[in-house]
Amino acid sequence: MINMPTTSPNSGVSVQHTSALPDSWSPPPFIKNQLLRWVLLIGLFVYLFLSVGSLEVNWNRIYEGLDRGAKFILGFMDPNFSGRWTDISEGIVESLVMTVTSTVIGIAISIPIGFGAARNLAPLPVYLFCRGIIALSRSFQEIIIAILFVAIFGFGPLAGVLTLSFATIGFLSKLLAEDIESIDKSQSEAIQATGSGWWQWLNYGIQPQVMPRLIGLSLYRLDINFRESAVVGLVGAGGIGATLNTAFDRYEYDTAAAILILIIGIVMLSEYISGYIRAGVQ
Amino acid sequence: MLEIKQLVKKYNTGDLALNSVDLEVQKGQVMALIGPSGAGKSTLIRCVNRLVAPTSGEILFNGENIVKMRSGKLRRARRNMGMIFQEFALVERLTVMENVLSGRLGYVGFWRSYLRKFPRNDIKGAFRLIEKVGLDAMTNKRADELSGGQRQRVGIARALIQNPDILLVDEPTASLDPKTSRQIMRLITELCEENQLAAIINIHDVALAQMFSERIVGLREGSIVYDGSPDDLKPDVLTEIYGKEDWTAVRERKSIKDKDYKIDDVSSTEERMAEML
Repeated sequence: MINMPTTSPNSGVSVQHTSALPDSWSPPPFIKNQLLRWVLLIGLFVYLFLSVGSLEVNWNRIYEGLDRGAKFILGFMDPNFSGRWTDISEGIVESLVMTVTSTVIGIAISIPIGFGAARNLAPLPVYLFCRGIIALSRSFQEIIIAILFVAIFGFGPLAGVLTLSFATIGFLSKLLAEDIESIDKSQSEAIQATGSGWWQWLNYGIQPQVMPRLIGLSLYRLDINFRESAVVGLVGAGGIGATLNTAFDRYEYDTAAAILILIIGIVMLSEYISGYIRAGVQ
Repeated sequence: MLEIKQLVKKYNTGDLALNSVDLEVQKGQVMALIGPSGAGKSTLIRCVNRLVAPTSGEILFNGENIVKMRSGKLRRARRNMGMIFQEFALVERLTVMENVLSGRLGYVGFWRSYLRKFPRNDIKGAFRLIEKVGLDAMTNKRADELSGGQRQRVGIARALIQNPDILLVDEPTASLDPKTSRQIMRLITELCEENQLAAIINIHDVALAQMFSERIVGLREGSIVYDGSPDDLKPDVLTEIYGKEDWTAVRERKSIKDKDYKIDDVSSTEERMAEML
């Protein structure tokens, strides 16, 4: 406590005598060493400059490509839904089935793994095991997994569903585990103090705290899975992606445009619905 | 009924929170535990229901040693100890009814509690207690819709529905205004008397402690330095517990300007306001 002369002799707090105090202040810098700070900043710009310089830009190729790009964009101006409507609708339906199935399977597996990966619930061996699964799932992009599963299970939606379920685990378990780790401890302690069993403790002390986030994340993952179903289709794992791929292969940009517009529409719709639901569960 | 012998708690950080504490609480006795922040009050009551694991010593509750209990037995012992928290510790997203019924978790199986199908007697008891603490209209409200005083009433109902032998009360009034603080303390002590309940009440507010408890224990740096009646709590005793301070200033009702005013002061503004009410 700062001790300064005050009106009351035995008081520890003063409000007056401000004349000798500094009148400027700035927050302490994030990097304390001034030299290091400047070296890092200048180094960053030098690196950026050099790396941009190392990109080989073929201006001729770009000039030619503009033409194709224009065709592509013109295709969007005139999307063709009817030409291959059977293919498109089958693809969309297949994608939706893949999305829902893989999200449900993914969530079902993610919940126990998420609980196991929360350090405040799980003993160390369980924690490490679950974190291992999460790390494995997160370290591979969907495309790579899809290629592997297509190789194992053949072309078609089964490989797609498995890919998306696997990817969902890495996403959902990790975020769920982090939410569990940041719960309010006193609420769970209070349930513990009543003499509850372990499952009851999860049900009363933990679950109510993480439920809104779990629902929000699941809905978010649902629309990620829909978008990804279009991507994994490109490597043969079924869904609208397969149809899209065929359309590109045939240079049918108008059909491709129709497919992309449908994808955008469905993603926007699910965004709207999930926002509505999330607001309801807070 | 509760007998604590040579209880020691040393945290992993090396802090010695409790240094060989001996304490006995009789059936139906309401005891206030006072002392400065960090004296180990919270640690002491948390050792009793083992939310904090003691380092050494014994805690005999109805003749059985809590410290040595395995999980099944500990759960059965915890059923008989109700706990009331400073920040209420209600499960925010559950209803008032669910929060109160959670006090029965130790007595019902998982599926019953999962489906919220508690035995008729428990439900009746919950309604009775909710009415008793004056929250009849709030039964289906979510806990986070309530005010501080209302939340603490739910906390009290949750502890009492356990049908405990002892209440462990951790700073019940620290988050409440002076008037609500008094009401809550009155409610706790009345309920204790009505049900022949013992209670250990951690409390910062010396005046409230004196008003509502029959026995005061003073804790300083993990050791008991006072154990006696509220009336014998003279300035020299307070100095012993809290350190040097002008203790008479509160009684003389000096104005805030004149008062020796420190941030970690026990004779807080809250207390002074309580006196003015």
